[in-house]
Amino acid sequence: MPEVTMGQALTQALRYSLEEDDRVLILGEDVGKLGGVFRITDGLQEEFGERRVFDTPLAESAIAGVSLGLTMAGWRPVAEMQFDAFSYPALDQVISHMAKWRYRSAGTLSVPVVIRIPEGGGIGAAEHHSESPETYYVHTSGLKVVVPSTALDGFNLLVRSIRDPDPVIFMEPKSRYWSKESGELSPDGLPIGAARTMREGEHATLIAWGAMVQRCLEAAEAAEEDGVSVEVLDLRSLVPLDLDALAASVRRTGRAIVVHEAPMILGFGAEVVARLMEDAFEYLEAPVLRVTGWDTPYPPATLEEHYLPNVDRILGALERVLTY
Amino acid sequence: MGQPSDGAVRILAPDGTVEDAEAREALDLKDEDLRQLYRFMVITRKVDLESTALQRQGELAVYPPLIGQEAAQIGSGYALGDDDFVFPSYREVGVAVARGIDLVDYMHFHRGTWHGGIPDPVGKRFGMISVPVGSQPLHAVGWAMGAKLDGKAACAIAYFGDGASSQGDVHEAMNFAGAFGAPVVFFCQNNGWAISVPIERQTAGEIYRRAQGYGFPGIRVDGNDVLAVYRATREAAERARARSVPSLIEAITYRMGPHSTADDRSRYQPEAQIEEWGLRDPIERYRRFLDAEDAADASFYEEVEEEGKARAAEVRKGIAGAPPRPVEDLFKWVYTGDELPPHLARQRDEALAEEGDDA
Repeated sequence: MPEVTMGQALTQALRYSLEEDDRVLILGEDVGKLGGVFRITDGLQEEFGERRVFDTPLAESAIAGVSLGLTMAGWRPVAEMQFDAFSYPALDQVISHMAKWRYRSAGTLSVPVVIRIPEGGGIGAAEHHSESPETYYVHTSGLKVVVPSTALDGFNLLVRSIRDPDPVIFMEPKSRYWSKESGELSPDGLPIGAARTMREGEHATLIAWGAMVQRCLEAAEAAEEDGVSVEVLDLRSLVPLDLDALAASVRRTGRAIVVHEAPMILGFGAEVVARLMEDAFEYLEAPVLRVTGWDTPYPPATLEEHYLPNVDRILGALERVLTY
Repeated sequence: MGQPSDGAVRILAPDGTVEDAEAREALDLKDEDLRQLYRFMVITRKVDLESTALQRQGELAVYPPLIGQEAAQIGSGYALGDDDFVFPSYREVGVAVARGIDLVDYMHFHRGTWHGGIPDPVGKRFGMISVPVGSQPLHAVGWAMGAKLDGKAACAIAYFGDGASSQGDVHEAMNFAGAFGAPVVFFCQNNGWAISVPIERQTAGEIYRRAQGYGFPGIRVDGNDVLAVYRATREAAERARARSVPSLIEAITYRMGPHSTADDRSRYQPEAQIEEWGLRDPIERYRRFLDAEDAADASFYEEVEEEGKARAAEVRKGIAGAPPRPVEDLFKWVYTGDELPPHLARQRDEALAEEGDDA
């Protein structure tokens, strides 16, 4: 089986989509000759030409707004925001237009835009390069929010996001860009909206997405050494959210912990906890806990290991729910 | 205080006499077209006044009048080709009239029946009503880039105002258009006021001159001279379609009404200014021109008066008392397809169950 990194798998997904549908366009800052600062669009301009893969001026609101206009002319733009925090200038276009056009037009407009956002920390980056903005998008009705955790699923989810008729915020956990996985790249994996059980367990469920899935798997492995059997659920898409899978797992284990990089207050973990209150309350053996980034601004790189959830913090939370 | 009009291109003087005979001769407008411009301006005025009345009577939630800006909107809208795409703000009833948009559909936006106002924007070549100020020029640029990629000979026109010219998105849109050679006409109606803030507080410069910085032509035109607006837009659209050259047109006009029916302009708009601009009414001015050209007679004016009233009555008939949409429409178009995401499906069921209980 060939081995690919998540970054390579995402590049392949873009190539696959450009080949599959000649209305797909790629635009963004430095996506052309450079191939993107993370090289996710590497070689695509050379292969598909400047007409379909092009650099834009350095203006994120325009990248989003122009993408919207392109859909009106029948194109399917895949726009890159260079880093998480640089997606903020585009929020007005995304919130006030992109998310609402289908609704406002009573279903006559389709908005097949994908906005790719390298997100999250853990790579020692400069300020404004390590944030986890998923909540802003999840809170905006009309968007789908997709976050892969592995290379092969990254390929599957990105191809599916580009085929999707609705706007998709595709968050790429940048600390996982170099993670490797073996297997065939295929768009026939699980659909958007289905969670995936990454590891089965009996005593507690760890719920995560993106880079924190791997952290949870590491914690589960460590817990197993102490005889604790931990299930790990990868949500894969935050909107739509697989409510059934969430409830089913926690009803079985009776204990749950949500893990994410974003700050705790109104992070997506809060939503997961609320859903579990509604759908699994009588099955719970302990309060549902959250292990998250602190409610501080994202710290300087030399302190980020003290900010991001680590295996010890997850194990500490596990102990709390197991001994409640 | 007043609207700066230095350098504004005009064909008709404020009294309706031809100021630029050469430009007048060069216009590709037959008498029939000349009359159509007048007809559209009168229809617009009547529908606009009726809409304000409808709001006062509780039939519209809120309405932003365009009175005074008829020449800017009709002159520009009439200059476009069938395939050209209009991206309006929220004060563009005149452009909608010139483009044959269903005005009852349009007014459903202001009644609060549904957002958007223009069902099938792509088919109608008229974008949805856009309220976030200055956000829609980017959509015009994107559409124009897409049309150019397809090799289509069509242009987009983005309408916005002097207030919007302060927005970053308007800068980004013009810069993109210049950098990509997008076939776009940026049409700024400088009506002197952004709600209560006058143009002097928006900018120290002249809006049309910004075009130079983006690498394309900028023209200031007398926005109350329908012929000058027509010519400037026509030329800009041709540049866009034939050579992918964007243009910025700044039409100097004046907001004779309030910002919206919720506004109290007596708190800020000087009476003397309103009176001064009242003397430059675009419709009166143009009528004097038609008379001098012998392009219209008394029966035409009567007919247009009646048609304007009839169109206003149609809007009233279509909008007054229109029922709200069914509650299930709340959930219908958030995402594509009949199968809703699980969280939304639950909420729809809850909302419809409550409706059932109420019934």
